[in-house]
Amino acid sequence: MSFLKHLLAVCALITTVGTAHAEKITIAAAADLKFAMDDIVTTFKKANPADEVDITYGSSGKFHTQIQQGAPYDLFFSADIGFPRELAKSGFAASDVKPYAVGRIVLWSNSLDASKMTLAGLSDPKITRVAIANPKHAPYGKRAEEALRAAGLWEKVEPKLVYGESIAHTAQFVQTGNAQVGILALSLAINPELAGKGGYALIPDSLHAPLEQGFVITKRAAGNALAKRFADYMGSKTARAVMAKYGFVLPGDVVSK
Amino acid sequence: MLLSDSDLQAIWLTVKLSSLVTLVLLLIGTPIAWWLARTRSWLKGPIGAVVALPLVLPPSVLGFYMLLAMGPHGPIGHLTRVLGIGALPFTFWGLALASVFYSMPFMIQPLQNAFEGIGDRPLEVAATLRASPLDTFFTVALPLALPGFISASILTFAHTVGEFGVVLMIGGNLPGVTRVASVQIYDHVEALEYADAHRLAAIMLVFSFVVLLGMYAWRPGTKKTK
Repeated sequence: MSFLKHLLAVCALITTVGTAHAEKITIAAAADLKFAMDDIVTTFKKANPADEVDITYGSSGKFHTQIQQGAPYDLFFSADIGFPRELAKSGFAASDVKPYAVGRIVLWSNSLDASKMTLAGLSDPKITRVAIANPKHAPYGKRAEEALRAAGLWEKVEPKLVYGESIAHTAQFVQTGNAQVGILALSLAINPELAGKGGYALIPDSLHAPLEQGFVITKRAAGNALAKRFADYMGSKTARAVMAKYGFVLPGDVVSK
Repeated sequence: MLLSDSDLQAIWLTVKLSSLVTLVLLLIGTPIAWWLARTRSWLKGPIGAVVALPLVLPPSVLGFYMLLAMGPHGPIGHLTRVLGIGALPFTFWGLALASVFYSMPFMIQPLQNAFEGIGDRPLEVAATLRASPLDTFFTVALPLALPGFISASILTFAHTVGEFGVVLMIGGNLPGVTRVASVQIYDHVEALEYADAHRLAAIMLVFSFVVLLGMYAWRPGTKKTK
C-alpha cells in the first residue's frame, strides 16, 4: 500500500517537473547536422538559460515517417527539403518550409590522404571498400550515387560500395577503417573529430543535384513560442556563422566552389 | 507471390545464414553446454555468464565491438589478414561469425538444461556397464537430450532470423551478401514503400508465430505428469 503511495507521489512529481518548464522543445535533426546543431543549441541555451532544447539525430526519411505517426518533435531539420515539404502538404506543419542550408559531399578517408583524392581515384584496385549512405532513402547517399554516375564511374565503383544507414553511420564505417574511403557530408568531415587525418576532397557540386535542406515547425508545436523563437534564431548571424563554419552554404549566400 | 526478386533474395539469404549459424552452434555449442552441465569447476560461473551476455547486451554494443574487432585494426581483423582471408565486415562470413556470438545463448542454454535434466544416474549406470565416456555421451546423453537439441536448434534458427541491429552495424547492406530480410524491411520502411514492407513483415510475423506455436504445442514437458 505504502509502496503504491510512493509510486503515485513519484509520478506526480515527474509530471509537475515536466509541466514546470512550459518552454521546451524537441528537435529532430538530420545526422549531417550533428556537430553544427550541437554548437547552435549550446549558444542558444547560453543566451536563453531557462529554455529546454532536446535534439535527436537520425535519418531524415525516418523522422518524416515518425512525425506522420505523431512523434513528439517540435522542429524537423531535414537533409532533404522534400521531406518537410511533403509534411507541409499533408498538414503536419505549422510553419512554411524554410531552407536553411545547402550541403556538400566530400571524399574522406581515415587511412589515406583524402585531400588529393578524386572520384576517378576510387577505381584504383587498392581501394576495395567505399562507403556511401544508402541512396534508397538517405539524401547524401542519393547525391553520392548521382555524382558517381555523372562522373561515369558507377559501374566501376558499385561493386566496392557498402551502404550506411545514415550519413553518420557511413562515417563510422570509414572511421573504423572498415571502408578505406567514404563519400560523406562536408559538415561531418570538417569537424575536428574526423578532420584529424588526411583531410577531405570536395566533390564538384556540378555532378549532383543540390542538397537543399529545409526545416519546418510541426503541427504539434503550433502554439509553442520557443519553437518559433528557435526557428528565428536559425536566421541569426550567430547561427549562420556556425552553419558556415561547418561547410554549409547558406540561403542567400553565393554558392562557392 | 507478390514478392520482388530482391525480397526473395533477402529471404533466401536469411534462411542460408540462419541454417549455417544453427549448424555451427550445434557443433561448438554442444561440448560447451555439456561441460557447463557437468563441471564443478569455478570457471562454470564466468563462462556461463559470457555465454549469456548476448541476451543482455544491446545489439548496438555487440555490433560496435564486432565492427572494431573485425576491422583492419582489430584482433579478428589482424588474424583474418594473417590467415589471408581478408576483411570480414560487409561479408557473409563476417555476418555469420557475428551471428554465432549473437545467438550463442539460444543454443547453449536449452542444451545445458537438457543435459542437466538427465541427471547423474543414467550416466553412472552406463559407466558401470563399462561404456566409455564418449560412448555414454552418444548412446545415453544424446538420445535423452534430443528434445533439448530440437528446441535449441529451433530457437537459434528463429533468433538469427530475427537479428537486426548487429547486421545493420557490420553488414553494409549489400544485396545477396548481407541484406537479410529484417534489413530489407527496414529499407522498405525508410523509403516509404509501406506495401512492400507489409508483405515481408507479414511473412516474418507468420513465420515467427508458427515456429513458436510448434515449439510450445509440442513441448517435451507434456510427456510426463509431474
